[in-house]
Amino acid sequence: MFPVLELGPLIIPVAGVLLLAGLWLGLELAERTAPHYGVPPADVYGLSLTALLIGVAVARLGYVLQYLDGYLRDPRAILALNANTLHNSAGVVGAVLAALLYLHWRHLPLRRTLDSLAPGLALFAVVLGLAHLASGDAFGAAADLPWVIELWDARRHPSQVYEIVAGLLIFLTIWGFRRSNPFPGFLFAFWLALAATGRLFLEAFRGDSIIVAGSIRQGQLAALLVMLFSFWLLGYWARSQVAEAMGGPTGAPAGATAGDFPRPE
Amino acid sequence: MRDFLALLQNARRWNLVVGIVGLLGAFWIWQSAVPATATTGGLVPSPREGFPAPDFSLPTLDGEEVTLSDLRGQVVVINLWTSWCPPCREEMPALEVVYGQYREEGLVVLGVNSTFQDNEEAAASFVRELGLTFPILLDRSGAASRRYQLQALPTTYFVDRQGIIRSVVLGGPMSPATIESKIVDLLAEAS
Repeated sequence: MFPVLELGPLIIPVAGVLLLAGLWLGLELAERTAPHYGVPPADVYGLSLTALLIGVAVARLGYVLQYLDGYLRDPRAILALNANTLHNSAGVVGAVLAALLYLHWRHLPLRRTLDSLAPGLALFAVVLGLAHLASGDAFGAAADLPWVIELWDARRHPSQVYEIVAGLLIFLTIWGFRRSNPFPGFLFAFWLALAATGRLFLEAFRGDSIIVAGSIRQGQLAALLVMLFSFWLLGYWARSQVAEAMGGPTGAPAGATAGDFPRPE
Repeated sequence: MRDFLALLQNARRWNLVVGIVGLLGAFWIWQSAVPATATTGGLVPSPREGFPAPDFSLPTLDGEEVTLSDLRGQVVVINLWTSWCPPCREEMPALEVVYGQYREEGLVVLGVNSTFQDNEEAAASFVRELGLTFPILLDRSGAASRRYQLQALPTTYFVDRQGIIRSVVLGGPMSPATIESKIVDLLAEAS
């Protein structure tokens, strides 16, 4: 565990290499899935890459702004990128905004594009678990069970292995549904629901949870909210499909089809 | 699948499902609630973020003895290095700059030389050449490096006033701005 590759002066954590491999695999899969949903593969690639690059740039900018005085004295250091010097929340916001702008700019159908990304996201989650196993991150709570692993000076739940197994089950489920997607948006919302449910359950075995309100795991609260949102989304999009089939908004919430940007002829 | 679709399309029944799932989720959160000390903060020392920094006592180049736990109440930067490692050599002036700037505010920099895989005289000569003023500790047996599971040179640990590791940077060289960004919040915290 925690291996690094030393190539001359370069120190490359294996977890980082795994994440890059996972990103590539996820993108490859999304590109192959995209035609099935009528989305150009090049657009899926462009969307993902744009979101990633803008996300990293905004994350770095957020960090620099947070410690502006130091970076103003040493502006060259702004370009010295390190995974430890990124503002994660700013990066996520930047990536989501960039993705939405790209969707709008390319007139891509939101729900079908999300569907084409779902298998790739599910596969990436499996590789993320492997990266956690390699780095020792996302470690488990101390436990006394036959299957514990020795990590960070304690016997712990193998939370990274739980994460990999859950990720594989979710990926296989999503893969099984990819051809029988009953309505636009189903595959993505279903993946989101499964991933959030998995996180809600497995967070209980983590040893690195951030605790809020005295004893509540922050990760579980976030997962519960995402899970409820994805369940709601499933019902909302399913009902909007009925409304579309009936040729009008009858029986469906207002703006039910607003998620799809019209594609130019 | 058809039944599932019918359930999804029936707003009343699906909302009931969402409500039940929400309640089950909330129950699980309540069931798995733990005190804050049950996660990283209350654990045994280990060389990663959120854990108490493993203690060590090492001699300095000047022959004094430095014990990490004696520095509790100050912000400590532990930099593991060797004289033959180019990024370590390049990083040292940045550490010196930041040390000079913040030592009055309670910053301590410990340059822990992995002497067991270095040459003590080469390390001393390098320190003299750069005129480093922060303590250089000699890990002759490699015990501290092993305790910190050293896997890359340089590796830098940022330890807060309570002795908790708040950030770990693998590799280098770090710029003064990067080092500063890692310590200013820690220095602002009360001991």
